[in-house]
Amino acid sequence: MSFRPEILWSDALLFLLLAAVLAFVLHVRRHEHLRAPWLRVAQSRMGVVTAVILAGYAAIGVLDSLHFRPALPVAAREPVQYGNEVLSVLDVLAEPLRLRVETTYSEPFALHLYAKENLSLPDGGQMRDYPRLKYGGAHLADTAGRAGDIAWRAAVGVLWGAGLAFGFWLLAALSQAWRARGFVPAITQLLRAPEAAAWRTALVTLSLLLVLGSVLGRLSLDYHILGTDKVGQDVFYLSLKSIRTGLLIGTLTTLIMLPFALFLGVAAGYYGGRVDDVIQYVYTTLNSIPGVLLIAAAVLVAQVYVETHPELFDTAAARSDLRLVFLCGILGVTSWTGLARLLRGETLKLRELEYIQAARAFGVANLRILSRHILPNVSHLVLITVVIDFSGLVLAEAVLSYVGVGVDPTMASWGNMINGARLELAREPMVWWQLAAAFLFMFVLVLSANLFADSVRDAFDPRAGGRA
Amino acid sequence: MLAYIVRRILYAIPILIGVNLLTFALFFVVNTPDDMARIHLGAKHVTPEAIERWKTEHGYDKPLFFNQVEQGVGKVSDTLFVDKSLKLFAFSFGQADDGRDIAREIGVRMWPSLAIALPTFLVGLMAYISFALVMVFFRATYLDFAGVVVCVVLMSISGLFYIIGGQYLLGKLWHWVPVSGYEPGWVGIKFLLLPILVGVVSGLGDSSRFYRTLFLEEIHKDYVRTARAKGLSERAVLFRHVLGNAMIPILTGAVVVIPRLFLGSLILESFFGIPGLGSYTIDAIQAQDFAIVRAMVFLGSVLYILGLLLTDLSYTAVDPRVRLE
Repeated sequence: MSFRPEILWSDALLFLLLAAVLAFVLHVRRHEHLRAPWLRVAQSRMGVVTAVILAGYAAIGVLDSLHFRPALPVAAREPVQYGNEVLSVLDVLAEPLRLRVETTYSEPFALHLYAKENLSLPDGGQMRDYPRLKYGGAHLADTAGRAGDIAWRAAVGVLWGAGLAFGFWLLAALSQAWRARGFVPAITQLLRAPEAAAWRTALVTLSLLLVLGSVLGRLSLDYHILGTDKVGQDVFYLSLKSIRTGLLIGTLTTLIMLPFALFLGVAAGYYGGRVDDVIQYVYTTLNSIPGVLLIAAAVLVAQVYVETHPELFDTAAARSDLRLVFLCGILGVTSWTGLARLLRGETLKLRELEYIQAARAFGVANLRILSRHILPNVSHLVLITVVIDFSGLVLAEAVLSYVGVGVDPTMASWGNMINGARLELAREPMVWWQLAAAFLFMFVLVLSANLFADSVRDAFDPRAGGRA
Repeated sequence: MLAYIVRRILYAIPILIGVNLLTFALFFVVNTPDDMARIHLGAKHVTPEAIERWKTEHGYDKPLFFNQVEQGVGKVSDTLFVDKSLKLFAFSFGQADDGRDIAREIGVRMWPSLAIALPTFLVGLMAYISFALVMVFFRATYLDFAGVVVCVVLMSISGLFYIIGGQYLLGKLWHWVPVSGYEPGWVGIKFLLLPILVGVVSGLGDSSRFYRTLFLEEIHKDYVRTARAKGLSERAVLFRHVLGNAMIPILTGAVVVIPRLFLGSLILESFFGIPGLGSYTIDAIQAQDFAIVRAMVFLGSVLYILGLLLTDLSYTAVDPRVRLE
């Protein structure tokens, strides 16, 4: 099958972000004093565990950001045509989940639909009953054997996961074999040495994640493990797709907001006077507008723009993607003020310190003082704020989507899942799985982000360390 | 003092003008009245005449900044900018798309909003402070640790979950309170209990943890050690000294939101069917009624600036060292 890679705006920004992170990591690795606080993060078990979980989310998000358009089936010797459907690598990996669409709601692990339908009997008559699902548990001839079948498949999944995890442990040992002079010493070192504690924690977490992932993966091949939604789509698949949306909102917003906050905050604090007045005026004005309303106003305006210019977007994915990027932009514009104020205050303090005064007395140019002396000394604040803001943004997406000014309604996101399921709560029996799935995926991500933020803050901010 | 207040109010004017210009740019320049008319008319009925008619009906049939047709002052005053934007300063909000007067609606709808927001604020403040104090009292024990864990977990749960969970558990399953609705007066109190509870719980994790840090910062100071050294009981130290001093940042941080309580909570009100300003705003956003959104943006900014002023004044009230000059 031939395909054409498709880079959406958000993909491009995400890759830019990844490149920036990579450059940052390389930069940190080369400098002892920058490495020290990260080693402190690695020493806290919580920091390592949550980092691995976050990396797992990020991996799914990145897989879902490699987009392409598959070629349409055409007769031989005709030019290749590409469809309007944009797929991602994750879509291909989860193809069984994506394509096995039932007709409407069904419970997790259900064999039957949620609603009764008219069924025609073999003898020509009709009866009203819950029809069997087309895919969920379709391999079972006897519905009574479901529990045993699930247990057996889960056990197979555990074995797969354990095998994969074992592979990772071997890989980790192998990578150290050269330094430890031999494979066996490398293994004992990995299992015993106190210096390898962080690696052990990471590998244990990874192993548990792999086992959990392969159990879920194995089961989801034959069942809808989190049920299906109104149009019969697998909820587990939708939750996985939503990861990318949540991560993008949390990270792209930061990417867009950082230059504003850094430049304006530091400039206001360093130059003072007129510059300070103008920048303070700008952020007080922006701050004084209720955040949700400013976002709503901007998104409404963008919506009108998109509706009146349909010719600019060739696929539905491009349209909803641009809305996502736009939403990140607006969130960035409304959220840079907090960090800018923080940086202004810190720069005001730093400006009066002796080493800055000395640099000035030596005639070092302002821009050079800013980049060499001020920026490195406020960078811990930036990092802490970025990590703390992330979880708030992920939660904000759900609320904004509920208000109707979030991501495009056609895009998979936890907010849209909650919004869609909300109206079905009144039904009897309750349709709870869609809500539960969205809240669970969001909760794990936000909790990990919060805990990770705590260890980052403890490691980077010595004053808050130990007390908070 | 009076001079300070007057000066602060004068400072507020350029900020409000900035807000005004920004919203005007968003709603009229980026997104012209023609676009608005097109959206409201729907794709089928868009003809140039229909757009003109819609604009005349809703008062959008004027030029943006400069009216060539008019004479004298009218050249500047008979424009959209003056008509739709500057008049907000006189709290004349004009009419919503359904023809109702926005200012009157705000006057009616702010009471239900307050009925939710004010108790939530007060009960919340007390609950957060108490919880934080308990954690600080048991500091460096497993109870304290458990409290922090609870806070972080509560922080990580989406606010929507509290609403939906509360409605399901207390409303649908246990029938303690109605799931949603509103009634004015004392009879309506049963409708208010759940939203208030949800509002308090959803802020619990964040605020208690923050207050705990404030208390802990205070508890390590020298005067607290002196108080203890003089033989004061832990309770006296905690309540008289630590609480009193930590209240300064807590109160001044809380004061800034008081004026905005009028605007209510968008999400709470719309989930619980409370006819306050929050649900008014949400309805306006969903119906793309720009006149209401504009009015609420302006009102929100005015109330925020008022909150900032109140914060500064409250510093002098709770901290005798601060003098406003």
